[in-house]
Amino acid sequence: MRPSANLTAVLLVVLTTLVLAALVWAATRVVRHRRHLEDPVDRATYTTLHTASRAATHLREGLTPSAAARAGRHLRTLLGTPAIALCDTTSTLTWEGQGSHHQEDVLRHAADVLATGRTVVLGRGDLDCATPDCPVRHAVLAPVVSDEHVVGALAAYGRTASTAVTRATEELAGWVSCQVELAELGRQRTRAMEAELRALRAQISPHFVYNCLAAIASFVRTEPSRARELLLEFADFSRYAFRRGGTFTTLADELTNIERYLRLEQARFGDRLQVSLLVAPEVLAVSLPYLSIQPLVENAVRHGLEGKEGPGTINLTARDVGSEAEIVIEDDGIGSDPEVVRMVLAGGPDGDHVGLGNVDARLRQVFGDDHGLAVETAEGAGTRVSFRVPKYSPVIRSST
Amino acid sequence: MSSHYGIVAIVAVCALTAGVGAFGLRLSRTTSDFYVASRAVSPRLNASAIGGEYLSAASFLGIAGLIYSRGADMLWFPVGYTVGYLVLLVLIAAPLRRSGAYTVPDFAEARLDSPRIRRLCSVLVIGIGWLYLLPQFQGAGLALHVVTGAPAWVGGLIVAVVVLLSVVAGGMRSITFVQAVQYWLKLTAICIPAFVLLMLWLRQGQPAPVVLSEPGGGGWARPLSGFGGQDHPTYWTYSTLLALCLGTMGLPHVIVRFYTNPDGHAARRTTSWVIGLLAAFYVFTPLYGVWGRVWLPQLPHGLHPDSVVLLLPSAASPTTLGDVLSALLAGGAFAAFLSTASGLTISVAGVLDQDLLRPRLHAWTGGDAMSVQGFRVAAVLGILVPYGLSLAGASVALASAVGLAFAVAASTFCPLLVLGVWWRRLSTVGAAAGLGIGGTLALLAVSTTVLFGVPAGWPGALLSQPAAWTVPITFLVTIVVSLATPDRVPQGTGRMMVLLHGPEGLVLPATRGG
Repeated sequence: MRPSANLTAVLLVVLTTLVLAALVWAATRVVRHRRHLEDPVDRATYTTLHTASRAATHLREGLTPSAAARAGRHLRTLLGTPAIALCDTTSTLTWEGQGSHHQEDVLRHAADVLATGRTVVLGRGDLDCATPDCPVRHAVLAPVVSDEHVVGALAAYGRTASTAVTRATEELAGWVSCQVELAELGRQRTRAMEAELRALRAQISPHFVYNCLAAIASFVRTEPSRARELLLEFADFSRYAFRRGGTFTTLADELTNIERYLRLEQARFGDRLQVSLLVAPEVLAVSLPYLSIQPLVENAVRHGLEGKEGPGTINLTARDVGSEAEIVIEDDGIGSDPEVVRMVLAGGPDGDHVGLGNVDARLRQVFGDDHGLAVETAEGAGTRVSFRVPKYSPVIRSST
Repeated sequence: MSSHYGIVAIVAVCALTAGVGAFGLRLSRTTSDFYVASRAVSPRLNASAIGGEYLSAASFLGIAGLIYSRGADMLWFPVGYTVGYLVLLVLIAAPLRRSGAYTVPDFAEARLDSPRIRRLCSVLVIGIGWLYLLPQFQGAGLALHVVTGAPAWVGGLIVAVVVLLSVVAGGMRSITFVQAVQYWLKLTAICIPAFVLLMLWLRQGQPAPVVLSEPGGGGWARPLSGFGGQDHPTYWTYSTLLALCLGTMGLPHVIVRFYTNPDGHAARRTTSWVIGLLAAFYVFTPLYGVWGRVWLPQLPHGLHPDSVVLLLPSAASPTTLGDVLSALLAGGAFAAFLSTASGLTISVAGVLDQDLLRPRLHAWTGGDAMSVQGFRVAAVLGILVPYGLSLAGASVALASAVGLAFAVAASTFCPLLVLGVWWRRLSTVGAAAGLGIGGTLALLAVSTTVLFGVPAGWPGALLSQPAAWTVPITFLVTIVVSLATPDRVPQGTGRMMVLLHGPEGLVLPATRGG
């Protein structure tokens, strides 16, 4: 490897910049600390709140062994006792501090608390210990309550059980209860979101089924083989639309189904329906909620053809845009009033916009508010509906 | 040499790239002949695209330059560049595809469920990308200087501008077909002159390579002789080989291509094809190094050995034929800079935009900034920073500079990916510790080498090619820390492992916390 004077200079500059940045960062931190924490009371408040907020981030999971283990350290710092323990109704979650040979007894100590929901103070008689220098002589156990049920207990162990320790333990248990309740709320929100997603489950429109069967019926006598093909297409289409399990599909599968749909529509409209698809093969593997494009295409077919003279054109584009895929559905039909579309997207009645609000809600539910539908339309000016799907999304990964 | 042909070739390549970027590739079809399944990217096409993006300045000019200046040991470079894909094929190709991840940070988030590790990975992706972009600009400056005599900064600027135009215009992105064509363009550009030179060499009676500067004689062609001033060549060779073997899987622009494969099986087949395509290309590059010793025993004053490929045809046949061949090689080299640089810029800008810029832009503008703007800002940053860094340093051997990027990738992402895919006891703390220590050690070694030069003896060997000790240390740290923190193993590990290794289309029952 040959050293180079020029590259040396460049790297020196980079290193100097980095060192300078680090110094500035360190200096601002020191200054900030100085400015805020000159007073010992301020410092104590800051330390306490900081410790509490760190414990809170761990307790956000709820009363699980791993959350309890991580939060335990901070809880003990807050109480300042030699040891603390957390248990739920069936097992000891964690023991933090000295004298961990008492860990098996926590549940026995907590039996009263769990049963009555009242704070219990245990003395030497209740805590028999053969180890001479073990600091676990007294214990204060306070209940952790969530939704009016005792779900666990916080135990503080030490040489004495003063009133101060008792009250601090009770307060801390109350605070832990709040965090656990918050965690429970978070879980319920997730469940509610999942239920909503299930309720929003895409449906194929009854108009389409009716029109499609009528169109097939018209071919039965004149072109029986065509009618048979179309019926098979229809069977495949409905198998996809009525399938169970798995909320998500790949863009490739969704597009395959749209092809079936368009063939069925072309049986009805003949040459009046012009379709052009431009799909970047790189995005075929993208995952998205299933039946999220088909309703948009169905909309485009309606608005591009119905209520209009002459042929209508529909363009479906799927583009690769770095870490996302962009999907656009355009028609050159009669368009619609932007206000109506806005109301549909805001959750109003769908009217003649098949599933527009439904698709929008599902996309936002899964990918976040940045990924809803963007609709550009005006009376007589056609409609353009577009949305973006991230190539990777943790939500989809966890529910595949 | 006559510069006209060379300029024409370079302008043509640049115009082609920018044109494709600006207008995109419009292949529109109507429903009657449109079948999605038949449109999926075939493994062969995807492999060509990977080859097109992967064969960079280091491959096109650098390997020949190293063999010319430092002898037979450097033959390991083409071997290592290729064999990295074998490791990738065996260890992670299919599971990575099944994970659904688009980038390494995606994989880290999916596997370890930790936004912090995701951010750490993003920073590393950007670092590796910039380290890899540097030699592309240097190579472009060098090639343009050899062809036209222009100052070194012009070539890099041209590459930066063309790439920026095509990326920001939004057309090029990562169109598989375009990158696949780049591979065949590069292969043509390197193999036609090679066959002509072979004819010339045979006709001139197969003259032997001449090594002027050699005191003892024979060292240039003998392996592990330390020719070119390398101490401990055995260690150095093995360490380089390790870096190249394990670094490939961590290169940002390679990983994103695997997303295009429909499933894990296709990912494996793609990788097999890549190995074949790269092997075909690397047959030719060492020949230029050897013929350099035949026809150019003394380089013209002031030129770097990396320019030997471009000088060779004129030296072998000082006629129009030589000029035309040189022009072909210059065009191929520019295709190499452009395709690699654009692939890297897209990857770096994507990560920069998604993980670092967008949250801040959101905060600054209150959510008013459009995502397109974020990506453009990221692209400008992603290419201007390495271009700025490359401005001064034009004389580090291209292949060695790329080797440093491989060493950093091997010491960080390789343990994360391999353990992430194959070891269920990997904990978040362990992964973070491994990434931190591996990244720090590798970057320290790399920057010390370049800053203070290579000291004599063992320190020099250890610092100039650190992979042989940084990679084992990273693995060790990751494993030991993971074993020490069993409570920080992510909850959904078992489920994720089934997803990574089970067959595609396996529907897992929905469970909480998965």
